Amino acid sequence: MLGPGKVWKFGDDVNTDYIIAGKYKLSITDLDELSKHAMETLMPDFSKKVKKGDFIVAGKNFGCGSSREQAPLVLKHLGISAVIAKSFARIFYRNAVNIGLPVIECADIDKIEEGDILEVDMQKGYVKNATKRETYRVKPLPPEIQEILLEGGLVKYVKKHGRLPWQ
Amino acid sequence: MGKTISEKILSHASGKDAYAGDIVVARIDAAMMHDGMAQLVINAFKEMDGRTLWDPDRVAIVIDHVAPSAYEAFSKVHKMMRVFAFKHNAKFYEVGSGICHQLMIESGLVRPGSVVVGSDSHTCTYGALGAFATGIGSTEMAAVLLSGRLWFKVPETIEVLIEGKLPPMVFPKDVILKIAGTIRADGATYKAIEFKGSTVKSMNVEGRLTLTNMAVEMGAKTGIIEPDEKTYAFLKALGCGEIKGFTSDEDAEYSESIKFDVSDLEPQVSCPHAVDNVKSVKEVEGKEINQVFIGSCTNGRLYDLRIAAKIMKGKHAKKGVRVIVIPASRKVYREAVKEGLIDIFLDFGCAICNPGCGPCAGAHQGILAPGERCISTSNRNFKARMGSPEAEIYLASPATAAASAVMGEITDPRRFLKEG
Repeated sequence: MLGPGKVWKFGDDVNTDYIIAGKYKLSITDLDELSKHAMETLMPDFSKKVKKGDFIVAGKNFGCGSSREQAPLVLKHLGISAVIAKSFARIFYRNAVNIGLPVIECADIDKIEEGDILEVDMQKGYVKNATKRETYRVKPLPPEIQEILLEGGLVKYVKKHGRLPWQ
Repeated sequence: MGKTISEKILSHASGKDAYAGDIVVARIDAAMMHDGMAQLVINAFKEMDGRTLWDPDRVAIVIDHVAPSAYEAFSKVHKMMRVFAFKHNAKFYEVGSGICHQLMIESGLVRPGSVVVGSDSHTCTYGALGAFATGIGSTEMAAVLLSGRLWFKVPETIEVLIEGKLPPMVFPKDVILKIAGTIRADGATYKAIEFKGSTVKSMNVEGRLTLTNMAVEMGAKTGIIEPDEKTYAFLKALGCGEIKGFTSDEDAEYSESIKFDVSDLEPQVSCPHAVDNVKSVKEVEGKEINQVFIGSCTNGRLYDLRIAAKIMKGKHAKKGVRVIVIPASRKVYREAVKEGLIDIFLDFGCAICNPGCGPCAGAHQGILAPGERCISTSNRNFKARMGSPEAEIYLASPATAAASAVMGEITDPRRFLKEG
């Protein structure tokens, strides 16, 4: 179970430059420092406002653009418990899974508002909106992906199992 | 049932009879990582107890995103990369060699029918040579360095048929901007885009690289073009031996087929702050500009520099406009010197920087101030991509960028038809 946590709502096509801009990614290598600039272009004080356990809720094509793994990393570092979006760009999606940040596709994004309190059960496949007293069904993640997420990402998976998931 | 080129390559690389939707574990033919993500890759490799690279000859390590380093933090990253590359005998490309994608092409590491991954979303560029190439993150790159294998979902393919002769002053960049504006930023998510048709056939390999480079701007896993006699001639000139790639079967199944007739296409421009916000140059003509950037993995090749030089020849940049020219590689730079293009750029008043990513990556060499406007031949115009969030980036062909540099405002290059 993920949450309960507060919703930070964003629109469609949130690209990786908006999640963490190149000018920071290519000048700051310390994750604490880098995370201070997460989502800055869209919400200047995001890193100060967000609390551990909160959710990002967004429209379609979240994470489009570059393959920078710093994008899911800064969100996870700030304590985001999951990104819930109508759809994801593919490299961001794979990167998020590989670093252990849950990514959930949900068709009912429009019913969720900023500030709502959510709880998510990835195994059972639902998002519960405590504020609106609603529950949205989501597609459970494929078992191979859940396995990597449950271990906390690919590095932790390899450390535990001594092999890659596809070996 | 027939197969697309992507299905054939992934079947070959996995040893499975694979079709769209299947999950396969494919053998990787080449892998590339650059300084933008190297630290994360190297750390993940060490954490996974990595001791040796699966095949050092197939691993390229490139310093191009902040090259030469502009910050001490990145000097440390570069130092770490050199230590790692030398320790493991990987192919290493020092500051000044060029942009990773151009170097992968020039090195012969990319071959028709091969599977190539890179820690950069524009790895899809290599599809112009008939390879299946895609961008991955740093943790997966570490896994590839360990094992030489990676899982893929075999993508469905969108067939993009491009027909017609390109009008004067209309170039491959205009074609791909038109396509991106039509398919939109998420229209090809998880899919391959196969570029076909008489227009593609008549393009040189450099122009084709511009098409496939921007496949990811539509969310695509890769952009791909069947290898033909031009591809093989290009590879032969690079010193690659006899190679035979794959072509799509006549009865291959495409998820969608989209046709473009480009015989009346006008010069295109992608407007702030999204790549798919595409208009004809005519619609935005006259907007004052402060910076022009000619370069990047999209349009920094010799073909592109020649186009820009033709328009700039004997002229000077408009007062108040800075023009940054960055050849995509040392090889391109040298050729441009030999052909006299660099002289033309110098006479025009350009700042010519060493081969690398330049301002496109947002680190240095052309950061924009608030309120400034840049016309760029690169591939992304997201807000704050090149500096201030209050600056604007327009994406266009080298011809449109050069014409705009002459006039000091966004300009339709057809005003310079006699130079073309």
